[in-house]
Amino acid sequence: MTHPGEITRRQLIRRIGMTALVAGPGAGLLGACATAGTGGGEPAPATSLPASANPKNPFGVDAKKPLEVAIFSGAYGDAYAKDLHEKLYKQTFPEAAITHTATQEIGTQLRPRLVAGDPPDVINNSGPKSMDLAALAAEGHLADLAPLFDAPSIDDPAKKVRDTVTPAVLTNANVTGKDLVLNYTVSHRALWYNAKLFADKGWTVPTTWEEFTALGETAKGEGILLFAYPGQKGPYYQLWNVLYTAAKIGGNQVILDIDNLVDNAWNAEPMKRAVTVWVDVQTKYGDKAYFGLDHTQTQIKQLQNKVLFYPVGSWIENEMAKDKPKDFEYAIAPIPEVTGSDQMPYGAIQVGVGENFVVAAKGKNPQGGLEYLRIMLSKEGARSFTELTKNVTVVNGAAEGVDLPAGLMSAARAQDKAGQNIITEARFEGWYKELFDYGTEQINVVMAGRITPEEFCANMQKKADAVKRDESVTKQTRSQ
Amino acid sequence: MERLRRYGFVAGFLAVPLTLYTVFVISPYVQAFQLSLTSWNGYSSIVRYVGLDNFGRLLADEVFWRALRNHGILLLVLPLATIVIALLFAFLLNLGGGPRGAGMRGVWGSKFYRVVFFFPQVLAVAVVGVLFQAVYRPDEDGVVNGVLARFGLEPVGWLIEPDLALWSIIAVMVWQAVGFYVVLFSAGMAAIPKDYFEAAALDGAGRLRLFFSITLPLLRDTVQVGWIYLGIAAFDGFALIQVLAGDKGEPDGATTILPITIYNTAFSYQKVGYASAMGVALFFLTVTFAVLTLRTTRRERVEL
Repeated sequence: MTHPGEITRRQLIRRIGMTALVAGPGAGLLGACATAGTGGGEPAPATSLPASANPKNPFGVDAKKPLEVAIFSGAYGDAYAKDLHEKLYKQTFPEAAITHTATQEIGTQLRPRLVAGDPPDVINNSGPKSMDLAALAAEGHLADLAPLFDAPSIDDPAKKVRDTVTPAVLTNANVTGKDLVLNYTVSHRALWYNAKLFADKGWTVPTTWEEFTALGETAKGEGILLFAYPGQKGPYYQLWNVLYTAAKIGGNQVILDIDNLVDNAWNAEPMKRAVTVWVDVQTKYGDKAYFGLDHTQTQIKQLQNKVLFYPVGSWIENEMAKDKPKDFEYAIAPIPEVTGSDQMPYGAIQVGVGENFVVAAKGKNPQGGLEYLRIMLSKEGARSFTELTKNVTVVNGAAEGVDLPAGLMSAARAQDKAGQNIITEARFEGWYKELFDYGTEQINVVMAGRITPEEFCANMQKKADAVKRDESVTKQTRSQ
Repeated sequence: MERLRRYGFVAGFLAVPLTLYTVFVISPYVQAFQLSLTSWNGYSSIVRYVGLDNFGRLLADEVFWRALRNHGILLLVLPLATIVIALLFAFLLNLGGGPRGAGMRGVWGSKFYRVVFFFPQVLAVAVVGVLFQAVYRPDEDGVVNGVLARFGLEPVGWLIEPDLALWSIIAVMVWQAVGFYVVLFSAGMAAIPKDYFEAAALDGAGRLRLFFSITLPLLRDTVQVGWIYLGIAAFDGFALIQVLAGDKGEPDGATTILPITIYNTAFSYQKVGYASAMGVALFFLTVTFAVLTLRTTRRERVEL
């Protein structure tokens, strides 16, 4: 079978070229940008750990030292850490005591501990209360993960860890010029629909905007909405959707410019066009009641076949597994061709890595933290994660033989078809949360028709300019 | 010596609570004042002082002014609506039935109503929020909209229309607060000697006259206390608005309030210094309100 992790390996060659570009002349530049915002210009404190020669224990972990793992207990729960990865660690170091902390409020609980110098060793920095990694990095709170990526893989000591994962892991590890974050899961974002409903009705997945809106008319006749997103808890689903549509129309550069706070990036034509077509869909085929529903309520409506397309990522299948009726089969549909001359051909979807893990540099057992991540990146660690959570990890080939649900299979096939045409994720979500939050507020406003798409773009640009001017915000840049 | 012993005795009792108060109430305030002069991001060990920059920024901050406008509306509507309704109910419950025998009585079933009115007060704010999410749900599955749909009316976006959202939330706040003030005012009314009412009733005063000429003037102090409590509540509203309207001030910032803005600025955007400046502003707003209310409503006490 094909597996998402393997498919992206085809991009490896291309990525290597680009990584070299960044790591070469770009690296100094990134380093300079990283601390410019903090005023001092001093480099971030060194957080590298000495490596050991033993391939069984490359970080020189003290077998008796306790390890503390803090997990964001969100859509994946925390059982994967408690019952799988921590057990594996315990097998290697039976004498080490492991403390397991699960919380939904990562930042609220852990920030004071980091500042006080008593952090957990491994932190799963996710969820709405996740911490600002750039700020943590600037203070030297995050351990350098380069030794991890260079360490021998558990399954094949001849291979380095960096060669066993999807390349996007390595590009996304970079915070303020250093490899500080491990993204663990792969997710696919586009429009999700019920394949069985389409089969029953004899509908085909629309490939152009005309077909898309024509299907909207047909569905309207049957009392089904063409499209909805959750306006109360998940307006960012639609912000993503609009950004990805803009990238499809104008290429990934649209998103890169927005991330890099390039002047007038939000006012670019593809961005305006993307907002316009989606506002149009909302006006003609949407229902404003959804602005007041949260994601669960909206997803239930989709399970009841009241909504055809829903903009979300591949985690939805697992999230709704309990409520999903038998005649519902999740499948992913790429964003239809908008202009007829979109920069990215039909089939382009967003494939992203997510779920951040960091190791605390000033913790009691950073070596153990690195080893824990190495265990997570072993085939066994990754496969058992996929089995438990029905989500694919960044570890290549680790999901082979795992019985994946239909939606994930559909996503894997879509990624296969997309090939090189992968829409990049917008990273300002993590970099400039203020801008992103403002975007999630404004997307509801524009979709409800209270401002025009032009006003939306102008407002976003104004906010982006304010963030750019704000010296207290640590700036970051990306080139791919 | 005698004096020292006496004060020592008193001080012995005060030391513990005063220490606790200083550590947990006064010192955070002092720290907030200090932080408001810095650009601290909550992570760094080096704190940089920026003087009054944060306050300058505050004056130019659209979100801050929007929050102030919303607090203004809350401050006008919440106390007024709550107190008027609570007074009406309290009067009906205690005196609305007119004179009977040697005293006044409430309307029929007033003991039952009193308990029912107090119910919302017992619920946690988060519970109330979740409850009203269902009540205000914008499609026909919502409690209110379900009823409207029966009459063939279009569902109303109670919490998603900018013109409605804040008012819908104020309605919940009033609903929750009324019970407490009914009890408070009832206690106040119970303290008014019954013979006042009897005498007035004998002279032919109606219920309206009883209320405006006797009850209200003699309840003045209680109402004033209620007004200040509710005014301070109008500067809060954090939990309810967080649950009902989300934390982004949706829709269009119609429900933006300072406490949520402070929370986001500090913990989502890592601008602890700037958030502290907002906190200091909120502190002065609340204190100013309390002082003004006490000043303007001060009057001769009526001796009972």
